[in-house]
Amino acid sequence: MRRFLLIAVPYLWLVALFLIPFAIVLKISLSDVALARPPYMPQLDISGGWEAIRSFFSALDFENFVFLTSDDLYWKAYLSSLQIAAISTVLTLIVGYPIAYAMARSAPEWRPTLLMLVILPFWTSFLIRVYAWMGILSNEGLLNQFLLWTGIISEPLTILNTNAAVYIGIVYTYLPFMILPIYSALERMDESLLEAAVDLGCSRLSAFWLVTIPLSKNGIIAGCFLVFIPVIGEFVIPSLLGGSGTLMIGKVLWEEFFSNRDWPVASAVAVILLLILVIPIILFQRNEQKQREAEG
Amino acid sequence: MSQTDFAPWNDPNAKPLIQFKNVTKRFGDFTAIDNQTQDIYEQEFFALLGPSGCGKTTMMRMLAGFEAPTEGQILIAGQDMAQVPPNKRAVNMMFQSYALFPHLSVWENIAFGLKREGKGRDVIDARVDEMLRLTRLEKFAQRKPHQISGGQRQRVALARSLAKAPKLLLLDEPLGALDKKLRQDTQFELMDIQEKTGTTFVIVTHDQEEAMTVASRVAVMDEGKIIQVARPDQIYEAPNSVYVADFIGEVNLIKGRAEARAGEPEAAAAPEPAPPQEVTETAAPATVDGPQPNEIGEWLQNKLLFPILGKRDPQPKRLPPPDPKPVEAAPVSEVPKPAPPGGLALHWAEGRPPLIAINGDPAMAGETVTLALRPEKMAISKTKPDAHNALQGKVIDIAYLGNVSTYHVELENGLKVRAQMANTRRIARRDITWEDSVWVSFSETSGVVLRG
Repeated sequence: MRRFLLIAVPYLWLVALFLIPFAIVLKISLSDVALARPPYMPQLDISGGWEAIRSFFSALDFENFVFLTSDDLYWKAYLSSLQIAAISTVLTLIVGYPIAYAMARSAPEWRPTLLMLVILPFWTSFLIRVYAWMGILSNEGLLNQFLLWTGIISEPLTILNTNAAVYIGIVYTYLPFMILPIYSALERMDESLLEAAVDLGCSRLSAFWLVTIPLSKNGIIAGCFLVFIPVIGEFVIPSLLGGSGTLMIGKVLWEEFFSNRDWPVASAVAVILLLILVIPIILFQRNEQKQREAEG
Repeated sequence: MSQTDFAPWNDPNAKPLIQFKNVTKRFGDFTAIDNQTQDIYEQEFFALLGPSGCGKTTMMRMLAGFEAPTEGQILIAGQDMAQVPPNKRAVNMMFQSYALFPHLSVWENIAFGLKREGKGRDVIDARVDEMLRLTRLEKFAQRKPHQISGGQRQRVALARSLAKAPKLLLLDEPLGALDKKLRQDTQFELMDIQEKTGTTFVIVTHDQEEAMTVASRVAVMDEGKIIQVARPDQIYEAPNSVYVADFIGEVNLIKGRAEARAGEPEAAAAPEPAPPQEVTETAAPATVDGPQPNEIGEWLQNKLLFPILGKRDPQPKRLPPPDPKPVEAAPVSEVPKPAPPGGLALHWAEGRPPLIAINGDPAMAGETVTLALRPEKMAISKTKPDAHNALQGKVIDIAYLGNVSTYHVELENGLKVRAQMANTRRIARRDITWEDSVWVSFSETSGVVLRG
């Protein structure tokens, strides 16, 4: 009984905060848009009894999902989101791995401080930090002023409101999610493994490729998923730093929801997005599982 | 083992495989190795033994190339190693933690070094199979390191470090993680493999038992210096310092002032102040054989026994004359016998007879010295033994170790000594117990007199 209660707590949590909201979103995605409040129909009216429930279900259809395929905006937005997420994941990995490596190889007494510095940005509001990047990247921003002052450029670079700014924003925001799992994998690595590799004839570089990289593989995979999954649905960064050419599904969702007030289509977009994300999430879980088993 | 005949260090023509020449290694202010010179020969099983922090691991890491000497030279096979990085040395190391690659199977771990050499597939396959056979790991070739036991991991590490057929194999506390039984088996396995492959082994250990078991020579280190290098038996029986005596095995250390004893040990035979019985025994045989009756005996024989038993035979039946050796040996077992002359007398306590060590170097006379005595060379008894070196005390503790028991005896002046006795009797029948007043004795040659 006690065991059942213990398990019930997380299940209740999942049901209340994930499954029920998702069921509502799914229901809206199957409804039709209406000039009403809430702006869709049919509405479920349980007081009408069995008959009302049956008529409610019969009114649901997949019209909105069909609509998503009719307009190429949506699948282009999905593809573009996947592309931006993939590229920024690779960029984050390229930036994050050396940082994690340096942290793991630093003197043990420095590590807590360095870890703290990585986490420190979370103490400030995410929105404020993205606004700060607007100040840095704009034409009159700090970066351009600095570059003009040093004489490297004679005209300000246009970074803000381009995809470049989106990448910078994403790499900056999601860097800790990449660094932390890689750091924890590297920190656990026994340094004598590298000595053993060198002792057996490896150069420092080949020891890195043959030992360090494979042993941090799980950290790399975890970090990549932790960046890739939320970036697909990212909305704030592309809308604040990106330009009109930046097409991301999060932005499309926002516009459907608030500009068009088309809740059913927005919900359909969200449901598809979730289905797309299920694949990497399952892969991520499987990786974690495998890692636990290997350590077990 | 070929230890008895194998002694290239005594051969002036033998060329050492490894030469440390005035090697000093400093880490900042700390001197890890202090100006050491040492040769190690081909096919040796050389043990670096010492407490943690004595510099033994640094010595080994310098051989592997992970550390460079601050001063001095290290030569391997005559070549100066200063500019040779670790991956270019014909030296392999078995790491203390084994350092097996967790993402590779046993087979791939062993093949790792061979693949780096760019050998052909067939060559690698053959060599790995050979190593698997040597270490009896055939069944585990496809397992990952976390899927095998500690002892198997240790063998994988050994196979991996031997796969490239190095000139020199370094073993860093290789058996530290194994339990005692497995460790003992593995020690013999190591010796076996060392003989089979003919590789020179240098082992670093803090376990003196391990060093004594496997090594052809043991170097005892302390604070960056090699204190003594010798065969295990010499290290144990003839330590050159109190430090070595104390570090290797259990030892009783009795401090005192040395005094030279009269006579040279060599000259002992000539002025032998032999006991009187001995003189009669050796002088008499020319005239009368065997014991002769005195006057009363003569009278008894003639008056009473003659009619019954007949005439007394003046030449009684007797055993054939004994060998000269037992005759000489016999007086040793006689009760009062002075100690052989020579050596040193150790004044160790006020008002107590000095302890005699006839193997002591008379040159140490007048100095403060320490007599090092192994517990197993001390006898313990409840009655005063027939020995010159006998100390009286009280049993304060008995450590029962199964095969032997160690008795902790507190002497009258407070000094505590340990005596070890084999438990040949069942425990219930042991006659010495706590609080017993006992005598601890040892022969004049069983101790080693050391300076300091």
